[in-house]
Amino acid sequence: MERVLEIVHLKKSFGTHEVLKDINFNVNKGEVVCIIGPSGSGKSTLLRCINLLEKPSGGKILYKGKNILEENHDIYAYRTKLGMVFQQFNLFNNHNVLSNCTVGQIKVLKRSKKEAEEVAMKYLRVVGMEQYINAKPKQLSGGQKQRVAIARALSMEPDVMLFDEPTSALDPELVDEVLRVMKKLAQTGLTMLIVTHEMEFAKEVADRIVFMDKGIIEEEGSPEEIFNNPKKERTRDFLRRTLK
Amino acid sequence: MNFEWIVKVITNYWPMFLRGAGMTLFISLLGTIFGFIIGLISGVIRSMPMPESGIKKAILKFVNIILSIYVEVFRGTPMIVQAMVIYYGSAQVLNINMNRLAAALLIVSINTGAYMAEIVRGGIVSIDKGQFEAAYAVGMNHIQTMTNVVLPQVIRNILPATGNEFVINIKDTSVLNVISVTELYFQTKTVAGNNFRFFEPFFVACVLYFIMTFTVTRILRFVERKLDGPENFTMIYNPMQI
Ligand SMILES: Nc1ncnc2c1ncn2[C@@H]1O[C@H](COP(=O)(O)OP(=O)(O)OP(=O)(O)O)[C@@H](O)[C@H]1O
Ligand SMILES: [Mg+2]
Repeated sequence: MERVLEIVHLKKSFGTHEVLKDINFNVNKGEVVCIIGPSGSGKSTLLRCINLLEKPSGGKILYKGKNILEENHDIYAYRTKLGMVFQQFNLFNNHNVLSNCTVGQIKVLKRSKKEAEEVAMKYLRVVGMEQYINAKPKQLSGGQKQRVAIARALSMEPDVMLFDEPTSALDPELVDEVLRVMKKLAQTGLTMLIVTHEMEFAKEVADRIVFMDKGIIEEEGSPEEIFNNPKKERTRDFLRRTLK
Repeated sequence: MNFEWIVKVITNYWPMFLRGAGMTLFISLLGTIFGFIIGLISGVIRSMPMPESGIKKAILKFVNIILSIYVEVFRGTPMIVQAMVIYYGSAQVLNINMNRLAAALLIVSINTGAYMAEIVRGGIVSIDKGQFEAAYAVGMNHIQTMTNVVLPQVIRNILPATGNEFVINIKDTSVLNVISVTELYFQTKTVAGNNFRFFEPFFVACVLYFIMTFTVTRILRFVERKLDGPENFTMIYNPMQI
């Protein structure tokens, strides 16, 4: 199995507050990993450390075997290998749907406009937003925005997609359209690391579940193991509270 | 009020008034544009994330201090005094005989730049942090993030404030008469002096100033609406062709 990401002894503190304490786990190629855990346990911080939106305080992040926290590593090139989907969508407000998906390709990957548009259209079709290419973000619903945000990240053709609670900011009736797109992506063999509160979804798509609590990984295993036979008391507690 | 005098002033001196108004518009337009550029550059520098390494950090800190001093000094002193200090200072201290028009452009530009620097900085601060993060997440660096995502939004948001600066410049270039720049106020003063009539020439100047500021305001409104684009978007029903 090919390791895409290897997180080794990762630590992160904000001042004296230690949010991540010694995190260790891997993401393999083609795998869908879901991170679950109570609010404030450090799930977002972990994702943000992985794509260096936060600077880790210690440990290593190996991308295809190379530690990206070393001084001379090109973090801009590295970030193009990770697609990030935010809870708040964060579409570029000054770009329409199509150019949200092309600007990164053109400016960062130096693709031609024509090529970038072809790639963008391909992924806009995947998320079912190809008819909206002229729309500005403020003219879209939350679910539509999130689907465009997914297409924007896919357009960079990254090795791993990171999702930070992609449906938490959505009205309940819009959650499904986004989850459906993500399930579709999971089936195509895309490598995905997903922070989510949607337990049913995690159970269905994940190859592996990571349960985080208070800055550490409490337990890790197949959906079967975590949902049906959790070993740790904390995991059982959490699941009892969220699944009832 | 002597209506005949007004007609007389206009018929005899309209070329002077027009040249003066033209000069006023020219200086304030260029001054606003240069000031705007100064403001953008300084805004981008002042919003740069602090680098980790010692030397880069020291340089950026130094530049930031220089920029703050620039902003504070030029906002904190009257333009009329700046004009005197720069124009006569360059002659007496540096022995440079500045061209009056060049001096005028310089003064208005750096003065506007000091105000625009603060306006731009405020504009950048008010952009949602998520916009920066999304840009970083697709691999953009600070400059790419600024030029492709942040500044276009900032510029749209600060357009009204920039228009305001332009209008202020149209009025405040009148202080440049102290270094004998032949803008509208200077020309009017000349006409008034030649005829020993003050009310009528200045009344004409007043109307001309108002026409300029009013027109500029209308044009900027129009530009704002253009930039916002249409209220609605059109669906593409046959996207396969794209
Ligand atoms: N920039 C920051 N400065 C200081 N503390 C922070 C910062 N970002 C996060 N924290 C703290 O780190 C802890 C973990 O936050 P994080 O957002 O990673 O949790 P989470 O597991 O994603 O929670 P949620 O499920 O609510 O999204 C919280 O206590 C939070 O207050
Ligand atoms: Mg979170």
